[in-house]
Amino acid sequence: MSEENETIEEVQTLPLDSWHRGKGARMVPFAGYEMPIQYEGIVAEHNWTREQAGLFDVSHMGQLMVTGEKAAEELEKLLPGAIASLKPGRTRYSLLMAEDGGILDDLMVTNATPWIEADEEAGTEGHWGEPAYYLVVNGAMKWDDIGHLREHLDDDVTLTHMDEHALLALQGPNAATALNRVMRNVIDDMVFMDSVVHDFGEWPLRITRSGYTGEDGFEISVPAQFAESLADRLCAEIEVRPIGLGARDSLRLEAGLPLYGHDITEETDPVSADLLFALTKKRREEGGWMGHEAVAKVLADGPKQKRVGLDIEGRMPAREGALVYSGDKQVGRVTSGGFSPTLERPIAMAYIDTDLSEEGTDLEVEVRKKRLPAKVAPMPFVPNRYYRGK
Amino acid sequence: MARYFTDEHEWIDLEGDTATVGITDFAQGQLGDIVFVELPEVGTMVEKGKDAAVVESVKAASDVYAPLSGEVVEVNDGLEDDPALVNSSPEEDGWFFKMTVSDKSEMDGLMDDKAYKSFCDGL
Repeated sequence: MSEENETIEEVQTLPLDSWHRGKGARMVPFAGYEMPIQYEGIVAEHNWTREQAGLFDVSHMGQLMVTGEKAAEELEKLLPGAIASLKPGRTRYSLLMAEDGGILDDLMVTNATPWIEADEEAGTEGHWGEPAYYLVVNGAMKWDDIGHLREHLDDDVTLTHMDEHALLALQGPNAATALNRVMRNVIDDMVFMDSVVHDFGEWPLRITRSGYTGEDGFEISVPAQFAESLADRLCAEIEVRPIGLGARDSLRLEAGLPLYGHDITEETDPVSADLLFALTKKRREEGGWMGHEAVAKVLADGPKQKRVGLDIEGRMPAREGALVYSGDKQVGRVTSGGFSPTLERPIAMAYIDTDLSEEGTDLEVEVRKKRLPAKVAPMPFVPNRYYRGK
Repeated sequence: MARYFTDEHEWIDLEGDTATVGITDFAQGQLGDIVFVELPEVGTMVEKGKDAAVVESVKAASDVYAPLSGEVVEVNDGLEDDPALVNSSPEEDGWFFKMTVSDKSEMDGLMDDKAYKSFCDGL
């Protein structure tokens, strides 16, 4: 291959690019965009999010809207979760599956079907409008996802890429307090995985009580032209500081949440990845979704390896790619690992041979030719604090 | 005592035939929060430009190269308990190791304070 044939991918900027730079962010290319890796420092930002509230720009993620009378049944052909029974205003974690049982992406799907108010003049009663599903997919995978959805969804279903929208995540134990002060009475009745549309002045927002840090929090979809003003409004609250991608990664690792491209890939299936909760029991049995046959076989035979947590002794972190041993035998591989700022010790996720994947099993991880004692640990490493109601 | 710098952002204090080695304030700022430092064992022979230590930040591991060739004679045990010393006091308490200098001609090409500063300004 000659150098001339190499495609040079242009790194793009996101709506909040200059806002981040103004806040002192160090920008790095990520998923094809210039993204803030950190502002004041990963550990400080991580701890702030666990104690107060952090604002994350996740506008690189793909926001998609799937609409049409057959939207739910069409999506159910590609996702293993129950979409048809997902109530309007509710969100669910799901997977985009390959025929061979591999995972093409993980995503959040929200039933965004609008409620149409009664119209006395027209003589119509209040009713649900055209079914609509709002999908949030990984930034690095969004173009592949869009291609996959366009190829396999029926022509009666419309797929819209909301590329004029930014996405902000407000995460932390004080996220609700701060958001409530900015927009009163909007989130009062919301619990984890609830989603509403709200017109904040002239800004049409979609607010979902979700996130990827293990904390209570919200993801706010906002038209790009209002993103900077919204970020300023939120950061004006005493509890809120901007947080970079670095802390986002250490937070999600502590929360035991897999990162696509690392802990789950096309080579991993949902059974091995320990994501069975994303496969609704009924649909797991009945099938009718891409990849079901292959996944059913893994379910019947049992997975060769399983995704587990590892507590690592000492202070030296084991990173992605580190091999895991039981005695002389290699029994697994670390898929993401690092130093946990909350626990102040190294933690990791790894795929381990199923017979050695039980909690408490003693193993060793090899880092720079040294063997570090490690123990299979329950995840999350740091307890989740999602708000599920009083 | 004279202080020298490498283009790999290490500092070297030369006292007689012994050099104290650490990473610069610029380097620790680039690395971010340091959570672990793997130091060479006392008695290790290190070679100029080859791996001598590893610095682990929250997000990544980075190699630290030996700025000169020689034998490691002492390491900073304080970094074991408090690796964040590299962030808070990179050019004093956060030193990495002391080594003998086997070939003083290797000092050629190292920068002084002023040259290093303008080197960093140019980055």
